[in-house]
Amino acid sequence: MKALRKFLDKQKPHFEKGGKFEKLHSTFDSVETLLFVPDKVTFAGSHIRDAIDMKRTMIVVFISLVPALLFGMWNIGNLHFLSIGHPADLWTSFFYGFLKMLPLLIVSYAVGLGIEIIFAQIKGHEVNEGFFVSGLLIPMIIPPETPLWQVAVAVAFAVIFGKEVFGGTGMNIVNPALTARAFLFFAYPGDMSGDKVWIAEKLDGYSGATPLGDALVGNFDNLPSPYDMFMGFIPGSNGETSVLMILIGAVILLVTGVGNWRIMLSVFAGGIVMALLFNLWGANEYMELPAYYHLLMGGFAFGAVFMATDPVTATQTTRGMYIYGFLIGVIAILIRVFNPAYPEGVMLAILLMNVFAPLIDHYVIESNINKRLKRMKTLVTNS
Amino acid sequence: MSAEIKEREPLFSAKNIKLLKNPLNFENPITVQVLGICSALAVTAKLEPAVVMSISVVFVAAISNVVISLLRNGIPPRIRIIVQLVVIASMVILVDQVLKAFVYDVSKQLSVFVGLIITNCIIMGRLEAFAMANKPWPSFLDGIGNGLGYGAILIIIAFFRELLGSGTIYGYHVVPESFFELGYKNNGLMILPPMALIVVGVIIWVQRYYTRELIEKN
Repeated sequence: MKALRKFLDKQKPHFEKGGKFEKLHSTFDSVETLLFVPDKVTFAGSHIRDAIDMKRTMIVVFISLVPALLFGMWNIGNLHFLSIGHPADLWTSFFYGFLKMLPLLIVSYAVGLGIEIIFAQIKGHEVNEGFFVSGLLIPMIIPPETPLWQVAVAVAFAVIFGKEVFGGTGMNIVNPALTARAFLFFAYPGDMSGDKVWIAEKLDGYSGATPLGDALVGNFDNLPSPYDMFMGFIPGSNGETSVLMILIGAVILLVTGVGNWRIMLSVFAGGIVMALLFNLWGANEYMELPAYYHLLMGGFAFGAVFMATDPVTATQTTRGMYIYGFLIGVIAILIRVFNPAYPEGVMLAILLMNVFAPLIDHYVIESNINKRLKRMKTLVTNS
Repeated sequence: MSAEIKEREPLFSAKNIKLLKNPLNFENPITVQVLGICSALAVTAKLEPAVVMSISVVFVAAISNVVISLLRNGIPPRIRIIVQLVVIASMVILVDQVLKAFVYDVSKQLSVFVGLIITNCIIMGRLEAFAMANKPWPSFLDGIGNGLGYGAILIIIAFFRELLGSGTIYGYHVVPESFFELGYKNNGLMILPPMALIVVGVIIWVQRYYTRELIEKN
C-alpha cells in the first residue's frame, strides 16, 4: 500500500498545472481517489463534513447489488441447463452464467467509462463515479443474450443523451440505466421481448416465457408458484428475478442510509393498491390475479429498490417522495394490465415519474409556502 | 420579378444575399427559432417525403411572401392575419393538388401534413415579420431562404433516420447485406418521432459548437 502511495505521489506533479500531462489531470485524479480516500477537506465556512463522499455512496449501492448479481449469474446457467434437459450442479450453472454476464459487464463499463472520461477531459471536469453503478445496473436489466454491439450502442446513447448533455452526473433528468434499457426496448424489440430471449441457448421446444409474458397472453396456468417467483427461479432479465436477493440489497441500502425507505415503501404501496383495485374490478383474468403476484413478477422489486430510489432523478421533498413512489407503483401495474404492447410497465413508469419529479417537488414546496403564508396572515390579523 | 424593383440596388446585393443565407444558419427556423418542429418530426422517417415537404414549403413560403408583399399596402391591419391565411391556404391547396396529381404515393405518406403547412408557424411568421414590411423581391428571397433553411434541417434529419432506421437512403439499400448477416439490425427507435427530436437536438448541438455566436450568455 505504501509503495503504491509513494508511486502516486511521485507521479502527481506531472498531472498538476504545468506538468507534462496536465490535460489528463482528471484521469489521474479518478485513479487516485479510487485507490485512496481523498485527503481533501474543506477548511472555512459552514460545510457539512461527512466521511462518505460520492465514491463511497456508490460503493454501498454496488455492494447491495452483488447478491442479485451473483444469483442472476447462477440463474442464467440453471435455466440454460434445465432447458436442454441436463440439470447441472451449482458451480457449473454459476460458471456458465458468469461467462454470459462477463462480456455484458465489460462492454457496459468500457463504453460508459470511455465516454465519461472523454467528456470529463473536454469539459475539464473530474471523472466522477456516476457511471460506476449504472454500468453494473445495465447488464442486470437486459436479457442474457443481448448482442454486445446493441449494449454498446445503448450505453453510449444513455450516457450521452441521458446524462452528459444535461451536464453530467447529478444533472440528469432521467435514470441513465433505464434510458439504456428503454433505448434497447424500442430500438431492437426483437432482442428485448417475447419468449425467445430470456433463457440463454435454450432448446426450441422449451417454454421460455417470463411470468409477465404468460400473464399477458392469458396463460395463467403456466405461472410459476409464488415461492419460485420470490426466490427467482424464473426467466427474466439477468438480475431482476430474485425478490429475496433484491430485498437483501434493500436492507443494505436502508441500514447504511444510502437508499430512501419512503420511496421504496410507497412504490410497493402504489403497486399493491392498484392491483387490489383491479381485483375489486375484476373485468378479466389478469385483473383477478392476486395482488402480491404483481410485486413478485418482472422487474417490480428491482425497480422499486434500485431504480426509483436514484437520488438524482427522484423527488427531493419528503411529501414529494411519497407521491412519486406511489405513482410509480400505480402506473407500473396499470401499464402491465392494460397495455398489450408492453408486458412490463416498471421501466416506463419510473422514466415517466423521473420527468415529473421536479414538478412534484415544485408543487410540494409551493403548497408549503402557501400554508405558512396563510398561517402568518391569520397570526397578523388576529393580533 | 426584376420588373417590380424600381430602386437602383442590384438584384443580388449583399443585403439580399444575406436574406437568402441567414435562415440557413444564424436564423434557422428550426434549430434557432424552434418553429415548425411538428412537421419536422412527422415527415422525416424517410427521405422522399422530407424532400417533397421541403420543396412544398419553399414554394408556399416564397409565393405567399411575394403576394402578401404586393398587397401589403392595401391590407387593413385589423384583418391582416385572415388575409395572410387565405393566401397561404390557396397556395397549400395548389401544392396539395399538384402532389396528388404527380406523386400520389408521397402525397399519401405526407397525408395531413401538407394541409398543415397552413398552420406552419414559419410561413405565418415570415409573412407577419417580413413580407408585411418589405418589397416583393426581398420578400421572395426571404421566403426561399426560410423554406430552404427548414428544408435543409428536414433533409438532414430524414437522412439519418432513414439510414439508421431502415438501412436505406431515398429507398435504395445502402447497408450491405453482410452487415445483417453479422447480426446488425435496423434501429426501430429511429422510425419513431422521439428520435427525430433527439436528432434535432444533436443538430442544434453541432451547429452551436461551430457557431459560437448562437450560444446564449447567462
